[in-house]
Amino acid sequence: MSKALLYDATMCIGCKQCESACAEQNKLPYNDTIAAESVQSAHKYTVVMTKDDKFMRRLCMHCEHPACASACPVGAFHKTKEGPVVYDVWKCIGCRYCMVACAFSQPKYEWGSLNPRVRKCIMCPDRVAAGKQTACAEICPTGATKFGDRDDLIQEAKQRLSQNPDTYLPRIYGLNEVGGTCVLILSSKKVEEYGYPASERIGDTPMPEYTGRVMERIPDFIPVWSLVLGGIYWISHRREEVAAAEAEEEKNGSAR
Amino acid sequence: MKIKLTFWRVVFIVIMVLGLYSSFIRYFRGLGAVSNMTDQFPWGLWIGFDCLCGVMLAAGGFIMVGAVYLFNVERLHSVVRPAVLTAFLGYILFIVGLLFDLGRPWYIWHQLIYMNPHSVMFEVGLCVMTYTTVLFFEFLPNVFERFNLKTAIKWTNKIYPVLIVLGILLSTLHQSSLGSLYLIMPSKLHPFWYTPALPFFFFGSAIAVGLAMTIFESTQSAKAFGRQLELPVLVTLGGALLVALWVNALLRFEDYYHRGMLTQIFKPSYEAYFLWLELTLTFVIPIAMLSFKKVRLSPQLLYLASIFTLLGFITNRLNIALIGFETYVGHHYVPKWTEFSITVMIIALGFFLFGVAVNYLPIFPKAKYGAALPRQTKAEPLLGTAVLTHAGD
Repeated sequence: MSKALLYDATMCIGCKQCESACAEQNKLPYNDTIAAESVQSAHKYTVVMTKDDKFMRRLCMHCEHPACASACPVGAFHKTKEGPVVYDVWKCIGCRYCMVACAFSQPKYEWGSLNPRVRKCIMCPDRVAAGKQTACAEICPTGATKFGDRDDLIQEAKQRLSQNPDTYLPRIYGLNEVGGTCVLILSSKKVEEYGYPASERIGDTPMPEYTGRVMERIPDFIPVWSLVLGGIYWISHRREEVAAAEAEEEKNGSAR
Repeated sequence: MKIKLTFWRVVFIVIMVLGLYSSFIRYFRGLGAVSNMTDQFPWGLWIGFDCLCGVMLAAGGFIMVGAVYLFNVERLHSVVRPAVLTAFLGYILFIVGLLFDLGRPWYIWHQLIYMNPHSVMFEVGLCVMTYTTVLFFEFLPNVFERFNLKTAIKWTNKIYPVLIVLGILLSTLHQSSLGSLYLIMPSKLHPFWYTPALPFFFFGSAIAVGLAMTIFESTQSAKAFGRQLELPVLVTLGGALLVALWVNALLRFEDYYHRGMLTQIFKPSYEAYFLWLELTLTFVIPIAMLSFKKVRLSPQLLYLASIFTLLGFITNRLNIALIGFETYVGHHYVPKWTEFSITVMIIALGFFLFGVAVNYLPIFPKAKYGAALPRQTKAEPLLGTAVLTHAGD
């Protein structure tokens, strides 16, 4: 069963402890300057944003059908059976197609490095595989970020929505977006205001399907097109051969 | 004449020096220092121009090989070799461009061992690698003939049908797949350019550009090397270009019609201005020009029409790669001068190598390319056009 994170923005107090725990877990620098940065970057996998005293977290959504994994030419990304979408730096050639392909623009790049890596939240895969929570969920003092089985968290989110319909906007962001994600968000304010792509814009179709529809035709296309091209070659040159043979015949005929 | 030669030589040296400086920045200070690419704009001029346009401009190779060897259009025979040479150089330079753009180019060989069959990028990469090899073999007869290697010529003649079919197959695949690359981002690319038909458009534009590029390059090298222009060849190409442009235009119209975009594309907006520019250069001007018989019979006007076509489709690809993302990202991307300088260096290298190849190999038919040609002209006059072509972007 796939693990997931439920982030309830109404419970978040903006303490940013998830940010510092994330930095520690991933051996990233963290200080007051970095804490003040309100955008994600190669050294900040998750960020807590503030708008009108309301908070919102951003992190990799760990899609059920990740576009990055489908786009990567060398398969440097893959989704583990527990849910996290992880990155193998050794394979990466640095084409940055993952960054362009991601609907949530989550992969970030080490632009200043001479051997740059793609950086993003990898949902603490070692901890998750060992049956532990992610670092951010473990440290969260209010339970705004909660770790668990995806199905259980969906049930819980639905429960919260039905129990306090006035507190929340009536939707779980990530439930069906791009085919479902392993980060689910409850909020009283539209997530779009914090830079998340609008649900109707990204839709419920997994992004890899758009390219998959074309890619799956290629194995059939190759033999068919080769035969067509070979056939054209044969016909157009056959005509030449016939013409040459006829000319030859005629020549022989007139010589006789 | 002498002063002019020196002038172009100076221009070439300036381009190379600036390019080498930028290359130094690229490899010793990183991508962030050399370019204006950011996390929001991870693909910039190098993907937009060097890759998307570079591969498109090299399409003349497979179009001409297809016309002459597949469909047996004998009268185009004289342009096959220059077209194959252009394609071969184009793909080599495309790979050189990739070595600048990839963050970890020293691992480019990973493409061959870690394959992800779901990735369009993987398919493009594999096709480009294989096709460059095919082009190398299609180019080899030039070298064999130069050194009069009879057995080698006989052997290549035997495998030529296979090379031809393989080359066209690979070109069909990767020219269209360059468009498929963008299919995975329906929420990011502006609806003027995002369409499920992208692979068809990329293939269609490659055909039109292949024809336009052949007209352009024949005229250009005729000027530079003092060769006689073969009017019947140009007229045939011009007629084919007109048909190709009409087909492209109708497909684009059909696509906008089916997606209900016809009213939107006429509403003024930032994207609309670039779309209008693109459509005017790709379709309106060249189709209008080529519709006149007078134009189709005049080398100068055909040359002009081909330039409009090339600029138009270059605008098209830059719109897809750069302009189409600006609204999503929320800010503009303007390449740094060092990005331009590397692109210009690569183009200049292309013209230089073309000149060298034409001088030392039997690229052009002997009858017309006599020994009377002064050796000193070399590649330098062609470099001028490197600057001219670049002025367009």
